[in-house]
Amino acid sequence: MGVEGIGARVTRKEDKRFVTGKGKYVDDVRVHGMTYAHFVRSPHAHAKVKGIDISEAMKKTGVVAVLTGKEIVEDKIGNLICGWMIHSKDGSPMKMGAWPAMAPETVRFVGQAVAVVIGETRNQARDGADAVIVDYEELPAAASIKAAIAPGAPQLHPEAPGNVVYDWAIGDEKATSDAFAKAAHKVSFELTNNRLVPNAMEPRAAIAEYDEAEEHFTLHTTSQNPHVARLVLSAFYGVAQEHKLRVIAPDVGGGFGSKIFIYPEEMVALWASKKVNRPVKWTSDRTEAFLTDAHGRDHVSKAEMAFDANHKMLGLRVKTHANFGAYMSLFSSSVPTYLYATLLSGQYNIPAIYAEVMGVYTNTTPVDAYRGAGRPEASYLLERLIETAARQFKIDPAELRRKNFITSFPHQTPVIMAYDTGDFNASLDAALKEIDYAGFPARKAKAKSEGKLRGIGLSCYIEACGIAPSKAVGSLGAGVGLWESAEVRVNPVGTIEILTGSHSHGQGHETTFAQVVADRLGISINQVSIVHGDTDKVQFGMGTYGSRSGAVGISAIVKAMEKMEAKAKKIAAHHLEASEQDIVIENGEFKVTGTDKAMALANVALSAYTAHNLPDGMEPGLKESAFYDPSNFTFPAGSYICEVEVDAGTGKTTFINFVAADDFGRLINPMIVEGQVHGGIAQGIGQALLEGAVYDDSGQLVTASYMDYAMPRADDLPSFKLQHTTTLCPGNPLGIKGCGEAGAIGSSAAVINAITDAIGNNKLEMPATPDRVWHAIQARA
Amino acid sequence: MYETTYHRPSSVDEAAALSARDAEAKYLAGGHTLIPVMKQRLASPTAVIDIGRIPALIGVEVSGDMLTIKAATTYFDIMNSADVKKSIPAIAHLTSVLGDPQVRARGTIGGSIANNDPAADFPAAVLALGATVKTNKRSIAANDFFKGLFTTALNDGELITAISFPVPAKAGYSKMRHPASRFALTGVFVAQMKNGDVRVAATGASQNGVMRVPGIETALKANWSASALENVKISPNGLIADIHGSAEYRANLIKVMAQRALG
Amino acid sequence: MSAIKLTVNGKSVSADAEDRTLLVHLLRDQLGLTGTHVGCDTSQCGACTVHIDGRAVKSCTVLVGQANGSKITTIEGLSRGDELHPMQAAFRDNHGLQCGYCTPGMIMSAVDMVHRHGGKLDEATVRQELEGNICRCTGYHNIVKSVLDAAGRMKVANAAE
Ligand SMILES: Cc1cc2nc3c(=O)[nH]c(=O)nc-3n(C[C@H](O)[C@H](O)[C@H](O)COP(=O)(O)OP(=O)(O)OC[C@H]3O[C@@H](n4cnc5c(N)ncnc54)[C@H](O)[C@@H]3O)c2cc1C
Ligand code: FES
Ligand code: FES
Repeated sequence: MGVEGIGARVTRKEDKRFVTGKGKYVDDVRVHGMTYAHFVRSPHAHAKVKGIDISEAMKKTGVVAVLTGKEIVEDKIGNLICGWMIHSKDGSPMKMGAWPAMAPETVRFVGQAVAVVIGETRNQARDGADAVIVDYEELPAAASIKAAIAPGAPQLHPEAPGNVVYDWAIGDEKATSDAFAKAAHKVSFELTNNRLVPNAMEPRAAIAEYDEAEEHFTLHTTSQNPHVARLVLSAFYGVAQEHKLRVIAPDVGGGFGSKIFIYPEEMVALWASKKVNRPVKWTSDRTEAFLTDAHGRDHVSKAEMAFDANHKMLGLRVKTHANFGAYMSLFSSSVPTYLYATLLSGQYNIPAIYAEVMGVYTNTTPVDAYRGAGRPEASYLLERLIETAARQFKIDPAELRRKNFITSFPHQTPVIMAYDTGDFNASLDAALKEIDYAGFPARKAKAKSEGKLRGIGLSCYIEACGIAPSKAVGSLGAGVGLWESAEVRVNPVGTIEILTGSHSHGQGHETTFAQVVADRLGISINQVSIVHGDTDKVQFGMGTYGSRSGAVGISAIVKAMEKMEAKAKKIAAHHLEASEQDIVIENGEFKVTGTDKAMALANVALSAYTAHNLPDGMEPGLKESAFYDPSNFTFPAGSYICEVEVDAGTGKTTFINFVAADDFGRLINPMIVEGQVHGGIAQGIGQALLEGAVYDDSGQLVTASYMDYAMPRADDLPSFKLQHTTTLCPGNPLGIKGCGEAGAIGSSAAVINAITDAIGNNKLEMPATPDRVWHAIQARA
Repeated sequence: MYETTYHRPSSVDEAAALSARDAEAKYLAGGHTLIPVMKQRLASPTAVIDIGRIPALIGVEVSGDMLTIKAATTYFDIMNSADVKKSIPAIAHLTSVLGDPQVRARGTIGGSIANNDPAADFPAAVLALGATVKTNKRSIAANDFFKGLFTTALNDGELITAISFPVPAKAGYSKMRHPASRFALTGVFVAQMKNGDVRVAATGASQNGVMRVPGIETALKANWSASALENVKISPNGLIADIHGSAEYRANLIKVMAQRALG
Repeated sequence: MSAIKLTVNGKSVSADAEDRTLLVHLLRDQLGLTGTHVGCDTSQCGACTVHIDGRAVKSCTVLVGQANGSKITTIEGLSRGDELHPMQAAFRDNHGLQCGYCTPGMIMSAVDMVHRHGGKLDEATVRQELEGNICRCTGYHNIVKSVLDAAGRMKVANAAE
């Protein structure tokens, strides 16, 4: 592998700038003549906007302009889009209401923008916004799924009667009811998957500049996919033409899904920069982030499973209601359908599955993909259901899982997915061993003798990553292709630039991508630069989400490298007077096998550019590009086991041990992979124990700051013990599966299974706060 | 934040004079309550009078059976004071579980008491120990000082200069942290005074702010032990109920925290 | 408006600023020291942590007037030329950061922590002491490792001096 090649724990190239404070995030950018935007936001969950009086605001010192929703409509700026079409069971397309960037007539969630004030300074813009007087006529609000689907509920959008966006289903209904008809045992369960706020530590921000002479815009924005942002801003919103818009996503401080979407604010900033003919900067504060960043999860589900007399699974039936909030965000429609219900088979051989999903509008912040997106919801539901079954049957939960594991591949599930490879027993064994599962009963007994409640919980997850083949996602309703692009530029001196459509906002691409290149050529990673996040530099790309940078982004790089290497070999062969088949690449040299004849990469590169002596008909230069479209999703899987102790007096949970055994296929940099898992687990534990976005009945977000939304802190979490087992993904050149979301997908069920085991009461919802756990203990007593 | 004017007086008298000139001005000590609310535009003092560097307001003194902490002493200095650790270690402990290191570097005991947040830690110690709040005008007994949520006996412009705590025979503090804010979801300070009196105060629990807990006081007076509280019933009436804890849960916490405060 | 005089990373600076200006904004907007970040409005995340007169403080909760006359150290002032401070090096070596947004605040808090505790740091203490700093990326696992590693390095460095 070499010290810096594939599989090496190389420290990150990008870290020097981050540890010295030299990172460049959007809010760090300052441009000449910059103004600041502050949005006027609705304090009501549902109201008519009867009038907006800007006269007082215009008199405030430093106010440059006040712009409202009416003007954005007059300027024919498009509404926000949802890019994935879902059809209901009855074949009808999903029913959507319009989402204007600033509401001209009706506001449908607290925090929705109605106007924007452009000021000379941050404070002056806010002073101006405080002076805008909006006349609202309050309407009744539906702030939860239950309220929205109740008879006579307030209607959000006339286009979606009963607030239903779609009523969708997957699987075979008849086969599933037949399975239940012949079942020896049945287990059923109702549960909520709590709504979360992504909370990347860097709040969203945008700086829009308009060049009047060139009619050209530049947008710095906190984006996970700047090219998609440019496409959507130009093709759908019509703010600027694609070739007249440069989108730059520089260092981005975490995303977790929330920075995939194109939000009203960056669109308004662009539009306003032309209106006022000055650069406009907007930086979200944390409260705005709580109110306007797309939230995640928020399902209410009923699930039942049928087993035969030997506890083999026969069928699974699921009915889920998913909360979309007040508008359909960019990829929201796909999350509770193709990213959720298609994973309901988990690691198990389930002959029949039928899942119905009803997507519902409510007067809350829009909901979209958040780390794991749909897959954590599927995994949590299934893994709690199985744990419940094991308790009901009084058999070991590990054994019940093992009995039903899929063991031969490829495996076609009843819900679209075709698992390519895996070894579920291997990861379960690794996790059981690491946590000393066999010794648990003794540990539990000892804890009990000391008056403590100890529990253990398992969770065996599978996910689909890479978010892949364009043709497949297209047939399921996606509005975009999901390939990735790469370009390899070998400079005349032999240094290399890799241009990638993937975007790093913490994942360390500058290091891992360079490792792949270094590995192939036998050079140092310092000879390789990774260029990303700028539409002027990289032609196109789909960005980073769904753990796709490795499986799809790196594969594109490999493909481009192969093309470049083929040409370079031709050049070397020409100079070395050998056959190109005999050329091998080692230690930065092109060698003729079996001889000591060699030509350094730098010389090959130089020769490509001087072009004095190239093979006949060869174009000068050494630069190749590739688009990679995978053949399938990838399927990372693993087993997580958690051991906890619950304080019966306070209901507080303490971790004794947390083990994660994952199969991610090939690891490029295990250190970075482990970091991804740590962070994912922390978010999964956050969901299980601490986090929950709560709305009151009137649609006010009760948890709109860190005073009420409990973020995991260092002392809430243990150190994690990680294991890796490996089956290589057959679908891409390096066998990579992806690791970005696993931690968040696998961990929450393990935590809740452990707590419910400790307290002897299976009825417990997330977040399992001390208050809830204490009540569950009392209910049992 | 709205516009404001910053003053840094060098004496208590100068600070009081600045305050007397402007009814909308506010004292600023550590700023770790006032600045966050100003940032959110929930407070808009025309001026802030920084008392954080007035030498007469900083320091810890012990004389006889009395520990005096001056109002603008930071939590950091309180927690590390040898005098505090020796005379009333429960106060050092309370301070060490208050907020986070950066908050403790700035926040002050005077600011905490003046603010009287229903979930703040220090009011529990002040009330349980029957401390005396000294101001530039008078001395106020703890029993008379706390007047409900964010309300105290202080008059406009009145400046706390110090808090004097009688040194107890035994004392302890135990806190269940609020999962998000890390203030007290419920915190209980127990004290056995040298004359045998037992005083117990709970914070974070009541809708009216810090409160005494007579049921626990009676039980502990009879028997200073955790087991003495086993059968004490705390009523959930009047206790805070929110997404982080029901009133019943907080009633339970009052008892459990009191037991743990005994050490 | 007030005239503010500070020593920032060893250099004297003066600036005119509205009295309502927070120290973090003076550092970022007027002095161009954008390594100090803002991650919340409620003084909880610690992304803005700097040292004022040697102690870790949240610069989003300090008015410039309060800091007037003080010595400020920001993340930009921690390394000596090209040589990283042991805490910075430990964060890099232990993968104690991902997106890097919380990192400057984490490092400033951690340096203060080691100064206050000397070599007597263990995992539980480090976790408690990080109460005022939120990270969304790392799950803190490698941050804790970094701080413990740096505590050792700083002890060695002190002994050598
Ligand atoms: C992140 C965070 C976590 C926190 N966690 C906790 C916690 O766990 N427990 C807890 O108890 N507190 C907590 N606090 C609050 C903290 O203790 C505050 O410092 C304290 O409440 C106020 O003290 P201060 O010196 O900062 O006061 P300031 O903010 O300066 O002032 C607060 C109020 O008191 C007035 N005032 C200040 N000093 C005097 C005086 N001497 N005389 C008269 N009036 C005065 C001011 O005018 C103002 O109205 C936390 C704060 C933050 C930001
Ligand atoms: S920005 Fe200062 S604590 Fe969050
Ligand atoms: S590294 Fe991203 S928030 Fe900590």
